[in-house]
Amino acid sequence: MQQPTSGANQRIARIAAHLHPPTLQGESSGLGRMDCRAKGGSPGFKVAVLGAAGGIGQPLAMLMKINPLVSVLHLYDVVNTPGVTADISHMDTNAVVRGFLGQQQLEDALTGMDIVIIPAGVPRKPGMTRDDLFNINAGIVKTLCEGIAKCCPKAIVNLISNPVNSTVPIAAEVFKKVGTYDPKRLLGVTMLDVVRANTFVAEVLGLDPREVDVPVVGGHAGVTILPLLSQVKPSCSLTPTEIDYLTDRIQNGGTEVVEAKTGAGSATLSMAYAAAKFADACLRGLRGDAGVIECAYVASTVTELPFFASKVRLGRAGIEEIYSLGPLNEYERAGLEKAKKELAGSIQKGVSFVRK
Amino acid sequence: MAATSATTFSIRSTIAFGPKAGQLPPSKPSGVRFNSKNSLVSFSGLKAVTSVICESNTSFLNKESCSALRSTFARKAQSSEQRPQYALQPQASFKVAVLGAAGGIGQPLALLIKMSPLVSALHLYDVMNVKGVAADLSHCNTPSQVLDFTGPEELASALKGVNIVVIPAGVPRKPGMTRDDLFNINANIVKTLVEAVADNCPDAFIHIISNPVNSTVPIAAEVLKQKGVYDPKKLFGVTTLDVVRANTFVAQKKNLKLIDVDVPVVGGHAGITILPLLSKTMPSVSFTDEEVGDLTVRIQNAGTEVVEAKAGAGSATLSMAYAAARFVESSLRALDGDGDVYECVFVESNLTELPFFASRVKLGRNGVESLISSDLQGLTEYEQKALEALKPELKASIEKGVAFAQKQAVAA
Repeated sequence: MQQPTSGANQRIARIAAHLHPPTLQGESSGLGRMDCRAKGGSPGFKVAVLGAAGGIGQPLAMLMKINPLVSVLHLYDVVNTPGVTADISHMDTNAVVRGFLGQQQLEDALTGMDIVIIPAGVPRKPGMTRDDLFNINAGIVKTLCEGIAKCCPKAIVNLISNPVNSTVPIAAEVFKKVGTYDPKRLLGVTMLDVVRANTFVAEVLGLDPREVDVPVVGGHAGVTILPLLSQVKPSCSLTPTEIDYLTDRIQNGGTEVVEAKTGAGSATLSMAYAAAKFADACLRGLRGDAGVIECAYVASTVTELPFFASKVRLGRAGIEEIYSLGPLNEYERAGLEKAKKELAGSIQKGVSFVRK
Repeated sequence: MAATSATTFSIRSTIAFGPKAGQLPPSKPSGVRFNSKNSLVSFSGLKAVTSVICESNTSFLNKESCSALRSTFARKAQSSEQRPQYALQPQASFKVAVLGAAGGIGQPLALLIKMSPLVSALHLYDVMNVKGVAADLSHCNTPSQVLDFTGPEELASALKGVNIVVIPAGVPRKPGMTRDDLFNINANIVKTLVEAVADNCPDAFIHIISNPVNSTVPIAAEVLKQKGVYDPKKLFGVTTLDVVRANTFVAQKKNLKLIDVDVPVVGGHAGITILPLLSKTMPSVSFTDEEVGDLTVRIQNAGTEVVEAKAGAGSATLSMAYAAARFVESSLRALDGDGDVYECVFVESNLTELPFFASRVKLGRNGVESLISSDLQGLTEYEQKALEALKPELKASIEKGVAFAQKQAVAA
């Protein structure tokens, strides 16, 4: 039984609440009471970026700082976070920014977080596949996920570190080991493939890229990226040449940038853009918005593989619904088989890494 | 008033905006809270002021931006609500060039500009690495087309037909340096770039970010004068970051909602030449003398704060990109015909005896429409003293820039 005085104190505090109106503390939200919706009225969410001083992390942190749904922004990395934090903290938007440097501060960075975005890791160089990054990035992701399991097991995890096809299963295994695994809260970010698909299809069709929506399923590497061009909105028919060109370009969009940067890195700005867009979708879902649907790489029964990217509906508990692939044409079915073969191997590689 | 953008979207879209903005494709349900005719064209929650039209679900932070910025508009609502469905349709119709696009500021700045619905073409120029940045950005699904230009041979093509030129090019400070220490390198860079601007797009708005702004803007003016194309209404030294910092620090100190806070900052863009007019803060709030002193010093040294925190890795990049993008957005809206655009910026000015001075200005299609002189009236004693103290340093910086440019002209 609790101390009897604390119960009485609580009752007194409640009755006397009118004498102590809540004051706006420094962490107050970007959405005042009058802007809050009746359902939930959340003042903003706590977002952590692990790898915030990196090529993706920095512009991503800037975009998250601008997002009015973010009330607290934690920036974590093993180097350089004090500088990035000082820089971003000057921006006149509501999110309170805190920086954390080095593994000893990982737990502080993660405690109380609602969303954790992980861009940490090394990028590709020309000639490398995403799989070549496996060894380094697998270890990084494992460590970070152990921290998440310990400090914020209910956070929604947006995993960017490549190879996503393997790092998401790694994360799942780490969470399972600790007993905190919630498949609804672990998402591999494939948004950049969707962004690229929308852009390239819009180019070919002469439309505004913001109006185009192409579902991209499968995984996040080479042939595992499967754009379902037959399901594009607004609906339009493409010639076989266009389909080949577009599928190829979407699958190799990442490589296109790695080559163009000639060793200086991989996609950072467009990845930050896509990741921020996806995190925004997760935030809107957390806030209780209806109909927030995005493609993501998740634990899934849509195919026989344990993980697969498809459209999911996001809500307060993370993933609320996973949509099946819909009708595929022959070209896409063939692509699906190829994708599944490679994806199975990548998933297994990730799982074995942790179980070993 | 019809939308100015007759040009528009010829590259990309067959879809018109405006009244149709209310209709959403079925896959994106709206749940919009306000059935307001005032909407917002902002590619991110940037706090720049005034009312414009939103295209609901197609902008990046759509509803959130609407709601967050709505509260800014609420104060100014009277004038806005009386406006008819104002034809400030966010049609991409302006070309923006970023000179120095592969740099620490240039890259995030290019990203933010790429996200703007008002931009039809984004020209990225640098002496190296810009192909990769352009390839990267070109994948974002926003209407602007990204083109890259590398090296002095391509500078002219980068600038042809451009409406706004943003110049973040140059080297950043290291710990212990003042902005003036950058003078020698950056002065030459700015001179070369502005010469090309004079030759290729003399009617463009020129946004100078390269430090020391107090000197590089006069250099640019001299170069433009020598070429016979100087328009003082279109040459800007970007001081928005000082305003952003002032807003942030004041809101922190006084526990205010940041979206409401607006502090005018005048003078220049270095150390004590930065003069935040705390007595003119909106919403009006009173400060103790100690707070005024602390805040002023903090705002003046905020740049140094970041240089120190980065311990040699650079100076403010992300916040500078954010602030510069906000000023670009304001310029785009002014170009588009919005009649309600005000920003603090370093321009040629007759508000003081100095030839250049930063103050709040009203922006219009042709650049600076008017300088807001009322900001310099009714200053507190502290501010008056600070104003007198900054003038000699600002004067010296301006003269250093002018002398540099004139010497180079003679040598040439």
